Amino acid sequence: MQGLHLVGVRHSYDSTKVLDTISLTVPAGELVCLLGPSGCGKTTLLRIAAGMERLQAGRVTIDERAVAEPGLQLPPEDRQVGYMFQDYALFPHLTVFENVAFGLFRQDKAVARKRAMAMLEQVGMTSHADKHPHMLSGGQQQRVALARVLAPEPRVVLLDEPFSGLDSNMRARIREQTLSVLKHTNVATLMVTHDTEEAMFMADRIKVMGENGRILQSGSPEDIYYKPVDEYVARLFGPINVIDGVVSGGALESSFGSIAAAGMEDGAPVRILMRPEGLILANGDGETGGALVDVVSAHLLGDNSLVRIRLRSGVHKGVEFEARIVGAFDPTEKRKIRARVDPRHVFRYPRN
Amino acid sequence: MTSEPVLLPAPRRHLWEWLDGWKIGTLTIAGLVLAPIIAVLYLAFTPSDNIWPHLASTVLPGYITTTLTLMIGVGVGTVSIGVGAAWIVTMCRFPGRRLFEWGMLLPMAMPAYIIAYVYTDILEYAGPVQAMLRDMFGWGGKQDYWFPEIRSVGGAIAMMTLVLYPYVYLLSRAAFLEQSVAMFEASRSLGRGPWRSFFTVALPLARPGIVVGVSLVLMETLNDFGTVDFFAVNTFSLGIFDVWMNMNNVSGAAQLATVMLLFVAFLVFLERNARRKRRYHNTSSKYQALPGFQLVGVRGWLATAGCLIPVLLGFVLPTVVLLVYARQHYDQALTVEILQYAANSIKLSVLAGIVAVVIAIVMAYSVRIKGSRMLLFASRIAAMGYAIPGAVLAVGVMIVLGNLDNGVDAFARRNFGISTGLMFSGTIAAVTFGYLVRFLALSLGTVEASLGKITASMDGASRSLGRGAFATMRHVHLPMIRGGVLTAVLLVFVDCMKELPMTTILRPFNFQTLATFVHQYASDEQLGDAALAALSIVGVGVLPVIVLSLTIAKSRPGQSPGQTQGR
Repeated sequence: MQGLHLVGVRHSYDSTKVLDTISLTVPAGELVCLLGPSGCGKTTLLRIAAGMERLQAGRVTIDERAVAEPGLQLPPEDRQVGYMFQDYALFPHLTVFENVAFGLFRQDKAVARKRAMAMLEQVGMTSHADKHPHMLSGGQQQRVALARVLAPEPRVVLLDEPFSGLDSNMRARIREQTLSVLKHTNVATLMVTHDTEEAMFMADRIKVMGENGRILQSGSPEDIYYKPVDEYVARLFGPINVIDGVVSGGALESSFGSIAAAGMEDGAPVRILMRPEGLILANGDGETGGALVDVVSAHLLGDNSLVRIRLRSGVHKGVEFEARIVGAFDPTEKRKIRARVDPRHVFRYPRN
Repeated sequence: MTSEPVLLPAPRRHLWEWLDGWKIGTLTIAGLVLAPIIAVLYLAFTPSDNIWPHLASTVLPGYITTTLTLMIGVGVGTVSIGVGAAWIVTMCRFPGRRLFEWGMLLPMAMPAYIIAYVYTDILEYAGPVQAMLRDMFGWGGKQDYWFPEIRSVGGAIAMMTLVLYPYVYLLSRAAFLEQSVAMFEASRSLGRGPWRSFFTVALPLARPGIVVGVSLVLMETLNDFGTVDFFAVNTFSLGIFDVWMNMNNVSGAAQLATVMLLFVAFLVFLERNARRKRRYHNTSSKYQALPGFQLVGVRGWLATAGCLIPVLLGFVLPTVVLLVYARQHYDQALTVEILQYAANSIKLSVLAGIVAVVIAIVMAYSVRIKGSRMLLFASRIAAMGYAIPGAVLAVGVMIVLGNLDNGVDAFARRNFGISTGLMFSGTIAAVTFGYLVRFLALSLGTVEASLGKITASMDGASRSLGRGAFATMRHVHLPMIRGGVLTAVLLVFVDCMKELPMTTILRPFNFQTLATFVHQYASDEQLGDAALAALSIVGVGVLPVIVLSLTIAKSRPGQSPGQTQGR
């Protein structure tokens, strides 16, 4: 199969294990995202794939050719791997054009020139070809870096937190553009990020990596969001509501009603996680489902609001929860509020 | 999902990677630098004609006391001037402060031996100062008054203090800027007065920086040959020359050199230790606004005078005297010979400067791309030469090259029946070798610093775009460190132009450089004829001062120190 394969890659710095038996496949034309906290070894994995870090154990193959395995360590220049750095690493002494043409030195001058200009065209930077990198904005530098990476037609592209240097307004636009350019070239892309939203946006498949240097879950963005395999993955998407309890009759009793805990034995300690967006607030006069709550505070964050609620009755009387609702919430409006849970946002794990 | 991949045959690996020229080159250079020192130690412990008991019972105690006296004197002197000036210039506002910021460095351009000739000329019995005093007070001869003898340990201390204090000034100024200023203000806001804050907060914080400065000063003091030779102050450097040249005893010279290396080892330890602490102490790299205490009226002018005097005595006055002499002796001074000597100096120094920077680039770059501890250690070894006094290195180089000559000669005789004679000893190659060992640290430090400012992702970007290690160096690193490379060449060039002890010993027969010529003529009390040559050396010495001043201007508060690219 064409693309990038890593098989059983392990890596330690001195005695600290940063990668523990990682295997993954990035088929050509797909974008796989490695999602994990900073310092979990994601970047090390990219560097191993690119040949900037010496492989310690395992194997790296690109388009079915081994580039690193015990006894073999192909230098980066012989791997045809494009690497986009977090700081873009544009050569400050070269112009934008010269940067993009840097990897085309094996080609005929005229051909290289045409290719470089075509790449600049693709990222919309033709008019800046003669400028030096320091004259460009962060977003422009990012686009030049992308053009430079893609110009020599690499077999694999590695992106190291490619949007972290951009301000949030620009980020969405550049992200979209990058994705379209990458899809257009049909290359195998491995991207690392700690930003869940970014991973969700870009990836065909997401691999969640934990602090222990292992891949915890692998799947589509929907899988990761709606079916997190454990509490760690579930928490990646921000603060989450927690209810601890004991299973009884295949469910956990809560103020919100009974929450099913299928497949768990009675008496087993269970932890229920509820995303804030999984708590639905409604005007209590009209509806009857859910639990009556008091609103403790409400903060408008833009297109959504974070509302802190306290349960009025039931097993969890007095316990506070966080709900995220669309639009603004007016806490001064004195009315009965009811909260119920959206089962798609509720996850249950055995508690230990 | 992860099926066992099909393995194609491994592609061809680059030849250089297999040979690994980077590693071999770095280790070879380190070995070459170390060779003279090992040779000295070896010969010292296996002497053919052991005069050690004789040395130990006669001259050695004298060498030790004189050297120690000199070191203590120069140490105290340079710390007083260097730290004092750095503190006022950093903390206060007074007339001329901006000028002094870099002007305090000017005496660095003046080799100690040249200032020694000038002051001897002015201050000796027949010189203008004493003559004027005799005229003014009507003294008849020597017996009528007391005047300090310039050709003495005290004189040597004064001369070296005047030209070496800028080292302490530079490093303590940097230390004050980096940390002491902020802490000093914290201390004052907690109710301590300025003087108490200085002694209890600012000075202790700057101590590692000051210690580094003093260690460098003392290494230079040990290295000095011209001044002590001229003043007949019996230090180790002079002793080595004496035992070797006059007693014709190489083992004895090697033994003295070995004792001297103990002093050096102590200084290196002091310096390394302090540098480590300096790194530890530096919590903030942010430059901040200076407090700028306004010194008004008398206090302001006192500050100005305090800063002006060392610059006047250490640079302006000797330069003016040399200028006057050069004008007076213009006809005798500007001769074909002198031009030849200048050409010799430049040739040697340019050669050493270029070779040193090439070596430095190879070493620094291989440490960078290999990241191996062995190579890092090798590069540290290669940078040790700056601490070794010229006299010691000269002995070592002579021993190494002498053995090499004998070996080659014996080989040629045995196999071809011809004698090759001396191929290396007493050649320009020998002098250059000596220069390289001693000044490699300068180019290595400069190149390392410039390379260090290039992020590792630059290497990665170039390599992943298909360029090999060498092409990456050529197309990415070299263009980016151009400024640093030029500075490195310049620093080595200048120090070679000034160098005296090694040149004196290692040069070919009848081969003069500006430095050896000036020393010879000044020793014969013919300073006038050598003034122009001396002035040229000083002129060249001003170049690095300009470079340093520019660095200082760039690192002024408000400008980030690490910015290399024009923005």
